[in-house]
Amino acid sequence: MTWSAPAWLWSWFIDPLAHGFMQRGLVVAVLVGAVCALLSCYLVLKGWALMGDAVSHAVLPGIVIAHVIQIPLAIGAFAAGLGCAIATGYIKSNSRIKEDAVMGIVFSGLFALGLVLFVKVETDQHLNHILFGNMLGVQWPDVLEAALIAVPAIVIVIAKRRDLLLYCFDPTHARAIGLPVGTLHFGLLTLLALTIVASLKAVGIILVIAMLIAPGAIGYLLTKRFDAMLAIAAAAAIGSSVVGTILSFHIDGATGPTIVVVQSALFVLAVMIKRGGRSANA
Amino acid sequence: MMRDRPTPSIEVNDITVSYSNGVAAVRNATFELGPSTICALVGINGSGKSTLFKTIMGFLTPSAGSVRIAGLPVKAALRQGLVAYVPQSEEVDWNFPVLVEDVVMMGRYGHMNVLRIPAKADRAAVDQALDRVGMSEYRTRQIGELSGGQKKRVFLARALAQGSEIVLLDEPFTGVDVKTESAIIDLLRAMRDEGRLMFVSTHNLGSVPDFCDQVVLFNRTVLAYGPTATTFTEANLAQAFGGLLRHVRLSGPDLHDDADQRRVTVLTDDERPLVLYGERDQEKHVNPDRSETP
Repeated sequence: MTWSAPAWLWSWFIDPLAHGFMQRGLVVAVLVGAVCALLSCYLVLKGWALMGDAVSHAVLPGIVIAHVIQIPLAIGAFAAGLGCAIATGYIKSNSRIKEDAVMGIVFSGLFALGLVLFVKVETDQHLNHILFGNMLGVQWPDVLEAALIAVPAIVIVIAKRRDLLLYCFDPTHARAIGLPVGTLHFGLLTLLALTIVASLKAVGIILVIAMLIAPGAIGYLLTKRFDAMLAIAAAAAIGSSVVGTILSFHIDGATGPTIVVVQSALFVLAVMIKRGGRSANA
Repeated sequence: MMRDRPTPSIEVNDITVSYSNGVAAVRNATFELGPSTICALVGINGSGKSTLFKTIMGFLTPSAGSVRIAGLPVKAALRQGLVAYVPQSEEVDWNFPVLVEDVVMMGRYGHMNVLRIPAKADRAAVDQALDRVGMSEYRTRQIGELSGGQKKRVFLARALAQGSEIVLLDEPFTGVDVKTESAIIDLLRAMRDEGRLMFVSTHNLGSVPDFCDQVVLFNRTVLAYGPTATTFTEANLAQAFGGLLRHVRLSGPDLHDDADQRRVTVLTDDERPLVLYGERDQEKHVNPDRSETP
């Protein structure tokens, strides 16, 4: 039996999708990848990569407290994430400590609090799943929850992409022409917290950090136009999600980490393309 | 182009602006500027110039006194897009993935719908503004690929595209060569002649008499303000900056072998120097870069 390359590729991609858990995993991976990619462009440009790190770590105590007081985990996670971002801003503007140090204290403190609470409180959650996600374990209601957050977030970012870009590029001008700079600032933080909550079940709070940086960094390296940067970031992230999910099935590996490895490989490739181009020009 | 817009003016009325730690950066400052004016805001680093700018643009609220722009409270004036701001080069991240035309289009955002989709009028305004500053052929360059003077012109084009009657410029001549400096000055003069009010923060003393008709001397408060010819004097500058400026004087006997009592005075803050020439108390500004020796 001789297989042509496309047919072999086709079945490599399609066969795993006969399984329901693979279908759910793929849908959630693409959703999470896309929303993280769009936001990552702004985080990379604004120098907020560490903010993604901070907010995602800070989500942990929110999840545990939400479990204790019997409210949806997503709400607890969102409140804790946004609270971390606001606390960081408050401490920064009311002390002499620089922002990165403030973030380092706030997020590791909250993360530690989350771990203390987690061990103290009996939950039905697995710590591993919160930290690293459980992409192939998601159920359709989880997919729906992720979609209910991710799709509106994607629509908002695309619709307001120019205002958000102007806010990152030149907040003084944004204010001078009467744009609501405070709303844009907190809007971006809110979108960030929402994105992390949407990604929670699929990739977990540690791996989402990579997904919130790598696609934007790839786009930044490869283009000088912002709309193209958004498109490249989204394409790289969605492509990585698809390839990573399918690949993890074949190699029997953990899905979230496989996606992140594929994204990181693309980033290295982008760096090499850029370096190659530069030395060719020189 | 006729615009049905309010007459540009800036009224700063006895304002005091304090930081959160209680230290007043600006104390009891008062001045008033009208249309068809280029006014220099002159002060050393740390004199509170940028605090004053931030207050005029509504980022800081005075703890006492008030600022009115074109007769309106600051927020209302900003909402109408009356004020354009040309930032210092150091404030801008030149690696941003934005093109020259993208930056100029940002001047039009206040005129657009919520999705910021440019209409024909917006594209026309961008074309016109780029043309006017002579940057049309660079429109698809990424901003980091430009020279210092070209970067300035892009942001001036943004102010033009915005159509504002009041333009605040922060240190417009830093990192700009002399030729570009005079091109920018020509453009500012043309904008003044169209009725605009330009307020220019600078510590480049030498260029002030060149293009500014009004001066505000500033150090925590307004030390003097008025027409350049009567305000930008050695006595006022000495009061404003004391020993903080380099001060070189060549008196009559050193310059001439006759009874001519005219003398040369050079004042500089390491930028282009201010040069005064003439008899005591009747000295006039001279422009050392344009070699118009009397």
